[in-house]
Amino acid sequence: MYHYTDIDRTIVQERAAQFRDQVRRRLIGELTEEEFRPLRLMNGLYLQLHAYMLRVAVPYGLLASKQLRALAEIAEKYDRGYGHWTTRQNLQYNWIRLDDVPEILDLLASVDMHAIQTSGNCIRNISADHFAGAIADEIEDPRPYAEIMRQWSSFHPEFSYLPRKFKIAFSGAVQDRAAVAFHDLGFRIVKNDQGEIGFRAYVGGGMGRTPMIGKVTREFLPKEHLLTYTEAVMRVYNEYGRRDNIYKARIKILVHELGVEEFSRLVDAEWEHTRQSALVLTEAEIARVAASFSPLDYDKVTEPVAAFEDKRASDKAFANWVERNTLAHKVAGYRIVNLSLKKPSIAPGDATDSQMRVIADLADHYSFGQIRATHEQNLVLADVRQSDLFALWKALELHGLATPNIATLQDIICCPGLDYCSLANARSIPISDAISEHFDRLDYLYDLGELKIKISGCINACGHHHVGHIGILGVDKKGEEYYQITLGGSASDDAAIGQIIGAAFSKDTVVAAIERVLNVYIDLRHEDERFLDTYRRVGIKPFKERVYANN
Amino acid sequence: MQIIKDKAIVDDHWQHVAADAETIPDGDVILPLALWQARRAELVGRNGGIGVQLEPGDHPEQIAEDLHRFSVVACNFPSFRDGRGYSYARLLRERYGFTGEVRAVGDVLRDQLFYMARCGFNAFEMRPDRSIEDALKAFGDFSVTYQNAADTELPNFRR
Repeated sequence: MYHYTDIDRTIVQERAAQFRDQVRRRLIGELTEEEFRPLRLMNGLYLQLHAYMLRVAVPYGLLASKQLRALAEIAEKYDRGYGHWTTRQNLQYNWIRLDDVPEILDLLASVDMHAIQTSGNCIRNISADHFAGAIADEIEDPRPYAEIMRQWSSFHPEFSYLPRKFKIAFSGAVQDRAAVAFHDLGFRIVKNDQGEIGFRAYVGGGMGRTPMIGKVTREFLPKEHLLTYTEAVMRVYNEYGRRDNIYKARIKILVHELGVEEFSRLVDAEWEHTRQSALVLTEAEIARVAASFSPLDYDKVTEPVAAFEDKRASDKAFANWVERNTLAHKVAGYRIVNLSLKKPSIAPGDATDSQMRVIADLADHYSFGQIRATHEQNLVLADVRQSDLFALWKALELHGLATPNIATLQDIICCPGLDYCSLANARSIPISDAISEHFDRLDYLYDLGELKIKISGCINACGHHHVGHIGILGVDKKGEEYYQITLGGSASDDAAIGQIIGAAFSKDTVVAAIERVLNVYIDLRHEDERFLDTYRRVGIKPFKERVYANN
Repeated sequence: MQIIKDKAIVDDHWQHVAADAETIPDGDVILPLALWQARRAELVGRNGGIGVQLEPGDHPEQIAEDLHRFSVVACNFPSFRDGRGYSYARLLRERYGFTGEVRAVGDVLRDQLFYMARCGFNAFEMRPDRSIEDALKAFGDFSVTYQNAADTELPNFRR
């Protein structure tokens, strides 16, 4: 857990006071809505369809139990008893009153939290691999670097009025779980031949109406140059990013229009100036921040945990959950536990205030008081002793948090859609629900293997439909909601953008279309072949043919 | 007209000259970059102070050689949402070593002042429909910062 210094705390408190005054000036009419808008956006406050939505920053998705309790308290007091975890590892509330926001910010500040830069045309909350520090395949924990980036980008005086929003992600493991290639700027920790740590830098990835995979602009950026290089990228973007057209303002368009060579040339020329600057990271600073994520006090377990193995052998439901929802930990005797926030009749990513409190308590009991939010809209207890897994599972089951469906068809990423969002063209939550409901048989889900379905209610792609193995995009056709299906996307190491299968489906036929897609897969797959791999082997044609066969 | 300069409200004696001006008035003038470039030879020897105004897209590099001739470099914010001026101010101060007045003009509002000051602006023509006295409070919004910028040589981790 990163521990706030006096500086961090002062900044967050002063921000709360500053925003309180901005709200006051708005309420007495001293600020027009037009002037207030960018100010509130930089504080995560949107005016949505029915109410204000407040997005709370959860840097790299890491939370302490007392912070989660504060989030529960806000859900209970100021919202309708729940919060929604987003694909940027943040938490958002959908039913907030403007007058309450200053109180909420004070409450957040009291537990070292805030809503700084969770929206607006600035550098957004930094995201990272949600298993960072715990996962077995890690090269180095990326969170200290993400935290250094958080500090540097918070209230950055030069880069707070950018052409568009700017998203940065970090991954430190062999497998990318942070969708690094789909960020404006992505960093993957790599080790060079000399054993030194650095970053492979990706620029210009993103989804939205023009999905692009980030281009590698640096194969090995020495770690001390993380900020000097970022400053160069940001300055080039601030200078050359398009401001004439909101749809062409993201850095991905700049990289695309200039070409990655010319873009890199501009960045490298700027970097010649910034790389000599005071921004060069010191070993002392990296060590200071890293120490804040102090190694957890793990038990030394050398023997297999007998009680755990016995339960696993005797209780099929438990064994199922262990297999689906938990992962190997870098420390012997521990496992990483996913809490599924997905099941029929629950909007993906929603958690009630009482669930949040239960999770906070369980984190205290079983996982060093820490919780992670994932970009796939689930929560994680990352450091659980194997010997505690059975007790934890029992407790999670009681509160609807042990659905053993991680990485299955039901583990859907879904944006709020037309039920909440003023940008959306179509509902997305009911489609996610209908799919979850229709395929709600565990043996079938398991037989389908790893399957990522991602649903967006509009072209902005908050539900990441472009990178779904199966993507669903809500579109508006003369006032009717339709759904376009894409196949073959991936947000991981094998980054790919899905292909549109053909004409869109009405809301009454989309689930049947998904079923036909799955039937093609079942018929054509080789043994143990994932949906994505079958699709890549056979191409879109057989899917297209059979999905539209009767139309 | 009154402006904010060095965190105080002062009377301003500089005149803005339009891009299509045929004659350049006496006294201290702030000229659009294009006008300066077109009439540079004539302007170099004149009495009275010279300032130049950059629009978004006018990179400071274009005036780097001439900076010693200017008492003021103004950066225009046609809309407060266009943040290019922030980069220009930092470059003027930190890369090109300009020590004269760097002035923000245009859509300049209280809530941007803290950032602007950090980037090296020390003078502000506030939007006339807003209280200039109130705007002064903005400089105290934060007592601590993380980054190095024109106002702070070192980032917080090196201080």
